Amino acid sequence: MSDTLLDVDDLRVTFPTRTGLVQAVRGVSFSLGRERLGIVGESGSGKSQTGRAIMGLTPPQAEVSAKKLAFDGIDLLSISPRERRALRGNRIAMILQDPKYSLDPVMTIGRQIVETLRTHEKVSKAEARERALAMLQAVQIRDPARVFDLYPHEVSGGMGQRAMIAMMLVTGPELMIADEPTSALDVTVQLDVLKILDKLVAERGMGLIFISHDLRLVSSFCDRVVVMYAGKVVEQIKASELRDAQHPYTRGLLNCMPRVGFERHPLPVLDRKPEWAA
Amino acid sequence: MSAETIQSRREWLLSDRPASRLQARLGRAYVAWRRFSANRLALVGMLIIIALLVVAAFADVLAPYSPTVGDLKNARLLPPGAAHWFGTDDLGRDIYSRIVYGARWTLYVVILVAIIAAPIGLLVGTIAGYAGGWTDTILMRITDIFLAFPKLVLALAFVAALGPGIENAVLAIAITSWPPYARIARAETLTVRNSDYIKAVQLMGASPFRIVLRHIMPLCISSLIIRVTLDMAGIILTAAGLGFLGLGAQPPLPEWGAMIASGRRFILDQWWVAAAPGAAILIVSLGFNLLGDGLRDALDPRSGDQ
Amino acid sequence: MSVAENQAAAGRGSARAVAILSSLGRFLVIAVTTYLGLLAVTFFIGRVIPIDPVLAVLGDRAPTAVVERTRREMGLDLPWIEQFYLYVKAALRGDFGTSVLTTNPVMSDIRRVFPATIELATLGTIIGAVIGVPLGVLAAVKRGSLIDQVARIVGLIGYSVPIFWLGLLGLVLFYAKLQWIAFPARLDVVFEYTFTPITGFYLLDAAIQGQWDVFYDAWRHIVLPAALLGYLSLAYISRMTRSFMLNELAQEYIVAARAKGLSESRIIWGHALRNAAVPMVTVIALSYANLLEGSVLTETVFSWPGIGLYITNSLQNADMNAVLGGTIAIGSVFIAINLFSDLLYRLLDPRTKAG
Ligand SMILES: Nc1ncnc2c1ncn2[C@@H]1O[C@H](COP(=O)(O)OP(=O)(O)OP(=O)(O)O)[C@@H](O)[C@H]1O
Ligand SMILES: [Mg+2]
Repeated sequence: MSDTLLDVDDLRVTFPTRTGLVQAVRGVSFSLGRERLGIVGESGSGKSQTGRAIMGLTPPQAEVSAKKLAFDGIDLLSISPRERRALRGNRIAMILQDPKYSLDPVMTIGRQIVETLRTHEKVSKAEARERALAMLQAVQIRDPARVFDLYPHEVSGGMGQRAMIAMMLVTGPELMIADEPTSALDVTVQLDVLKILDKLVAERGMGLIFISHDLRLVSSFCDRVVVMYAGKVVEQIKASELRDAQHPYTRGLLNCMPRVGFERHPLPVLDRKPEWAA
Repeated sequence: MSAETIQSRREWLLSDRPASRLQARLGRAYVAWRRFSANRLALVGMLIIIALLVVAAFADVLAPYSPTVGDLKNARLLPPGAAHWFGTDDLGRDIYSRIVYGARWTLYVVILVAIIAAPIGLLVGTIAGYAGGWTDTILMRITDIFLAFPKLVLALAFVAALGPGIENAVLAIAITSWPPYARIARAETLTVRNSDYIKAVQLMGASPFRIVLRHIMPLCISSLIIRVTLDMAGIILTAAGLGFLGLGAQPPLPEWGAMIASGRRFILDQWWVAAAPGAAILIVSLGFNLLGDGLRDALDPRSGDQ
Repeated sequence: MSVAENQAAAGRGSARAVAILSSLGRFLVIAVTTYLGLLAVTFFIGRVIPIDPVLAVLGDRAPTAVVERTRREMGLDLPWIEQFYLYVKAALRGDFGTSVLTTNPVMSDIRRVFPATIELATLGTIIGAVIGVPLGVLAAVKRGSLIDQVARIVGLIGYSVPIFWLGLLGLVLFYAKLQWIAFPARLDVVFEYTFTPITGFYLLDAAIQGQWDVFYDAWRHIVLPAALLGYLSLAYISRMTRSFMLNELAQEYIVAARAKGLSESRIIWGHALRNAAVPMVTVIALSYANLLEGSVLTETVFSWPGIGLYITNSLQNADMNAVLGGTIAIGSVFIAINLFSDLLYRLLDPRTKAG
């Protein structure tokens, strides 16, 4: 299948802790083409750890295993760390949640973008700068040359997240993992940033894994949705068919979303059953 | 005691619904102790300090010779051997015995400095923190000024004016070591000053004096103890430095720093005269540093990193 | 860049300049009050504690006429506050009285001996930083590993060892037994008369004049005391570096840097250390200040003719003017370094805005 960008089969991430082993991800399987896949689930359900395992950013003390973890036919678990690093930021990229903490505070935004580029491509300084400026333009920053020389603390959250997207997309990756890219932002700019992301993904034909706990956002933004609970996938469903979701946990998540025109008393409480995690 | 009673006792200590204040307090102490005792280096530090206390307490029993009177005729500058474990000094005194008695002077210095400097810092810090405003500004400016001074040099100058002697050395060290305590006490005071608990006490009409003394100062004690323990090594080193320069303890007191100074004259030929007391200082300072680190990590998990 | 952008950049630049100026103003206030505090304390030590300050200054063998004159000169019949005013005025002129021991004005003595101390402390700090920073970085990166344990023990011993004792042992080993280094002094006697210092930093002076035999000799004299001071500062610097680095390595931007595909070394030295460098500057400056102080004991052991030896010699001879002058000298440099490091912190950290 040349269509498949990412193939995940029985992915597991285990942390050794003082009180024993914690299984953050327990056998997650899905595959992804050049499409937008949403991963939803409540806090602690293992969404971020799934994303990080694909990136190869699992903390060193944790153990990652999978029957298959392949990107574009490359077996990610068997290649060397060096080869893995060459993929990271180059063909697979990741956007983190909060630009305030995810950008290096003592390096200008421009330099951070140029750094990604020059890590993966042999380009001259001048050319790198040109491409960084073009990328800033592409994330709809109006005054790229000015922002290029600013430090992260000197820009707003929305601007920072756009800079982050620019930093991660400048090498033209084929797969993008966005871990709650807008949760830390002001509601008013959330939509702007999402639109920019959506446009870039569409234009460049990237695959996208969009991690969020907001089922409605995911359903409007993605083609397909994976619902996670306690480290497992409880349901995979097309976004358009979400209304007909079968699994009680997904239904629970759906019911928790406020809808206009319905008065609901009392507010529904998310149901959790141990057997779903079994 | 059977394994079962130990188990139930542990459960009682670790209960998340303590029935009494005592149980809660003991439970917290137990958790802190478990964290502390998991740190092997901290245990070593504690053992060293316990050993210091024991040696100081039983110096009369442990020391085979007099610390001040030596055998000038037969036992001058003898190298370490069976009769004199660490050798003898230029006055024929047994160095081992002098070190054993020296433990007393080391304790004397650290304890006196602590009980002079800590209360000063506590008082200045809590008053500044509780009063706020100008009082705070002025007191903290003074504290900062003292903090900006080189401690040893200032202590030297003080002793120069007061005259050499171990009491004056203690005084000089105390005068230069209270500022960090004031800062800590102030920081703690600021965190509790506006708490509901203090507000409630205020509403009951307690005087500011009473609030600071009875309700704020006790809250500062634990962080102060950690800091004082961590400072003990520095105090010992400063006192030894003063002793080495001839400004601290005067002969024939068996103070370790002064012993190094007297051994300095024979250092190239009879190195052991200076070696043993220096090693004693190193070990005891190390003990206090390890203990202090362990206490900090156990009582203040936030700074558990270093 | 367009004109507008240039203006914007200039605007940022001047905003930064204003911020720096305003903090400079605040620092001046702090510097002045701290310096006054230092003078107040030395005034207290020199004039208030002694029963007879004149005796404290002159010793008890001075002729009566001199005693009387000095009493008048010191203004001892005036009220305290006026005395203090005169004291501060004199101190600001650099007048700390005359040393009984050397019969020179204390200030000129200090000028003569200070370069030796600066040379020693500078070399010590360089050694401490060059070894301490990488050691701290490695300890943080390989947390819990053997190197971390070793760094921790090395640091703890550095915190706990009496430096004068270590110096004595060093002399026994490296001078007496191994004969790797020269006897305690600054130069061999042979060179004392043939060598004319320019700056007072002998290593530098010898290098400038191309006198490599002098340079080598000076090196053989300074290397052990500098290494000892270097060890003290290494203990402090490596420990602080480790803690700053651990803090930085736990930040999200490190994850982002990994996500960018950067190499570990680039992440550690290019990002984490760059961020840690900002507080590190303060630590290195503080350790430099501490070494100035640590030099008092080290210089005594190594007969190093710097300010520390000057103070202890004066102490032994009850030369109060010299002791207090030396105290003020070290204190002033100490205060200056403290303030300077604070200022540097602000300059280095792009996040510090006005105030
Ligand atoms: N360093 C770690 N050590 C031990 N356990 C960890 C560690 N990091 C994560 N976990 C465990 O992994 C589980 C999944 O974490 P993850 O960050 O993937 O959750 P998430 O779904 O992204 O939640 P959120 O919505 O809060 O971001 C958590 O329950 C946590 O207990
Ligand atoms: Mg997450």
